[in-house]
Amino acid sequence: MAKDTNVVSIPKEKFEFAMVGERIKDQKFDDKPIGYFRDAWNRFCKNKASIVAAIIILCIVLFAVIVPFFNPAEIGTVANTRYQNKVPRNLALSKIGLLTGDLDIQYNEKGFAYIVGIGIAADTDFENIPSVGEALEEKSPLMPVTKIDSIESVMQGRNEKLMYNAKVDDYLQVGFAYIDVEQAEYNAMLAWQEETGIQLIYPMIAENDYNFAKLSNDTNNAANWWYKTNSRGEPVRLNSKGEPVVIKYDDINELVLEENYQRDAEGNLVFYNYKGGGTQETAMYRVRTLYYNYYRYTHEGREPQFFFGTDTSGYDMAYRLAIGIRLSLLLAVCIFAINFVLGAMYGAVEGYYGGNVDLVLEFISYVLSGVPFIVVATLFQIHLAAKAGPIPSLLFAFVLTGWIGTASLVRTQFYRFKNQEYVMAARTLGARDRRIIWKHIFPNTLGTIITASVLAIPSVIFSESMLSYLGIVSLGSPTQTSVGTLLSNAESLWTTYPHLMLFPAAIISLLMICFNLFGNGLRDAFNPSLRGVEE
Amino acid sequence: MLVALFCITTICFMLIRVLPMSPPEGTNKAQQQVIEQIWDARGYNDPLIVQYYNYLKGIVTEWDFGTSWKIDTTTPAWNLLVGRLLPTILVNLYSLLFAIPIGIIAGIYAAIKKNKWQDHVVSIMVILFVSVPSYVYAFLVQYFLYFKLDLFPPTILSLNDSGGWLTWKMFHSMIPAILSLSFGTIAGLARSTRAELTETLTMDYMLLARTKGLTRAQATTRHALKNAMVPILPGIIGSFIGILGGSMIIEQIFAIPGVGQLYIKSVTMRDYDVFMMDSIFYTFVSLLAGIIVDISYGFIDPRIRMGER
Repeated sequence: MAKDTNVVSIPKEKFEFAMVGERIKDQKFDDKPIGYFRDAWNRFCKNKASIVAAIIILCIVLFAVIVPFFNPAEIGTVANTRYQNKVPRNLALSKIGLLTGDLDIQYNEKGFAYIVGIGIAADTDFENIPSVGEALEEKSPLMPVTKIDSIESVMQGRNEKLMYNAKVDDYLQVGFAYIDVEQAEYNAMLAWQEETGIQLIYPMIAENDYNFAKLSNDTNNAANWWYKTNSRGEPVRLNSKGEPVVIKYDDINELVLEENYQRDAEGNLVFYNYKGGGTQETAMYRVRTLYYNYYRYTHEGREPQFFFGTDTSGYDMAYRLAIGIRLSLLLAVCIFAINFVLGAMYGAVEGYYGGNVDLVLEFISYVLSGVPFIVVATLFQIHLAAKAGPIPSLLFAFVLTGWIGTASLVRTQFYRFKNQEYVMAARTLGARDRRIIWKHIFPNTLGTIITASVLAIPSVIFSESMLSYLGIVSLGSPTQTSVGTLLSNAESLWTTYPHLMLFPAAIISLLMICFNLFGNGLRDAFNPSLRGVEE
Repeated sequence: MLVALFCITTICFMLIRVLPMSPPEGTNKAQQQVIEQIWDARGYNDPLIVQYYNYLKGIVTEWDFGTSWKIDTTTPAWNLLVGRLLPTILVNLYSLLFAIPIGIIAGIYAAIKKNKWQDHVVSIMVILFVSVPSYVYAFLVQYFLYFKLDLFPPTILSLNDSGGWLTWKMFHSMIPAILSLSFGTIAGLARSTRAELTETLTMDYMLLARTKGLTRAQATTRHALKNAMVPILPGIIGSFIGILGGSMIIEQIFAIPGVGQLYIKSVTMRDYDVFMMDSIFYTFVSLLAGIIVDISYGFIDPRIRMGER
């Protein structure tokens, strides 16, 4: 082809140097460099559900850490045998009708007289006893019956019986209690009663033939049978001849109970019984107190209120839940850390060296993973619990097989990365195995391992609560408990007292849901390619 | 697998037999003597290695897994276990039969309606059901179905009341247990079905199927679903093996006289031979499930071969 000679020749002078005196270089990045973890963090922040879950987990952790500090020792750790299974009660919230501490109970007439009787006897006027109707009308703050919902008549055999459906304050219905105190304590109680104006010491009950507690050997409620009854617990009155007559009434509101208090020779009420002991300080007195007021006396005037109620042993449920959750979380975190380290080392060695090392180590982990976890946990409990305590042996059981999952993950990651160019480059430069493993390959596997370990936390919490629920691990003691123990204690009682089941079950469910969401969020953040894929 | 089973059995045996064991106390002196004679004859006073040899020999030659001493004195442990198998299998089988279709259908539905509100509802349910512990469902089911509505008895009926394991009455009383076992399975299945199906739905062959004229439903059922099921089916098969093991906590709550309850009982009553038998059984079931899952991959999808990475 002919050469195109038709080129316009441009004179030399017309050419100009471009960028003379300028330094030619790439532009600097305006943004900061974003590393792998920074990138993951940014992605994690975009996932709203995970953020919410993380916040809730934080709240539960704070609850578990803070509540035991704020709970005075005597509320949290001393089992209050009088206040067992009490329903939640909070004085501030009860004004708007929440957590009133009320329980719906159905009474027959005898029972109704008994429960209203506790309120009548709590009144400080021991001589003029009002009728049931008047006492209910008066609405004293110490009256257990707060509201009568309905009265229905039920056929019992041939007789028609009235049943009273009432709302009863769970803390007041305990009523009175006999308490043995030293004389100094007795004087202190009198002084406190004087100072605050709250009646603490009530008249003693006569141990005669009209005392139902004596007739029926009812020691639990002995201090509550302050009125005269016959052996069937029906209120009686002494007629002019001194014979007991069952009080007849058309309407229970007209019923006036007849008191059965102890009186001395002059007819004055007796407020204490001498129970033995010689000197001034050691003389023991038995006194009858209204337990509600006694609680205020022993707790610096505070009325009993438990936000989550009390548990089956009479401990504050909030405190027990907090230490239960604290135990679960501590276990979970310990196991997370130990499994992380063990699994990473084991898996790194397996994956990096491969070959026969891999075969042997894989077989060991295969055998270990074949043992069902529950068997491991049981064996550890049987062998170690007596020597090392139940919690360390539980920890050992979790650790024995827990690292296998992490190890196999690390192993696959190592297989993936160990033949990459950068590893070869490092090796050619003379890096030792240890350096290649930890400096070059391991950081690449970190995201996957963290995610898997976090996702293992809920299963640890679940297994722990399951083992303690089944009674394989026994964790119930004054200073230690677990959510599973609380649940198994509640097992036979929770239909009457739903709060025993509700709060532990709710908090553990919440914790598990949040950990799962949090773990999913982490996984999406570290491996965006795995989003939506479940392992 | 057999080697693993052997190793585990050995470890368990050694750990259990080093515990202090003594023959149970009989009701009178004559019975006590008989029990002690059996105890001696079965070699409980021999050295550990001899005991282990005898134990293995007993299993291989006479299928003898030891004797129950506390739960049901002098009954062979194997008989005790076999008697407990049926209730466990029944409850779990019912639960699986109930859960699998629902789980798969929910998963398919969520995958088809991906990123619409139906999908979100299913996803939220899945997270809830997967996370919440099974005993919480059990309590909820008991509370609503028994305590509030009074539809079912709180625990399953005894054999005398129902007249047999396979009667309608027994099934009726098992429903709460079946329900509480099912939630977790449903959620897990729905989750994996959704994940697999959404992946296969975006594959190129789906586009091809649509271009050659299949409707969406046809393409989904004939192409996507079949491929999506490859990783899911082995899991389902594995869970069918797993029903032998049962769920301890559900059996405890609903008083099902199954294998799990036997295990708890043997632990609390320190009946070591039964405990040993149950441990072997659990180990065997979990190993068997693992192997069957591995093998079934090859059958379901011949492209997958063992040993390939």
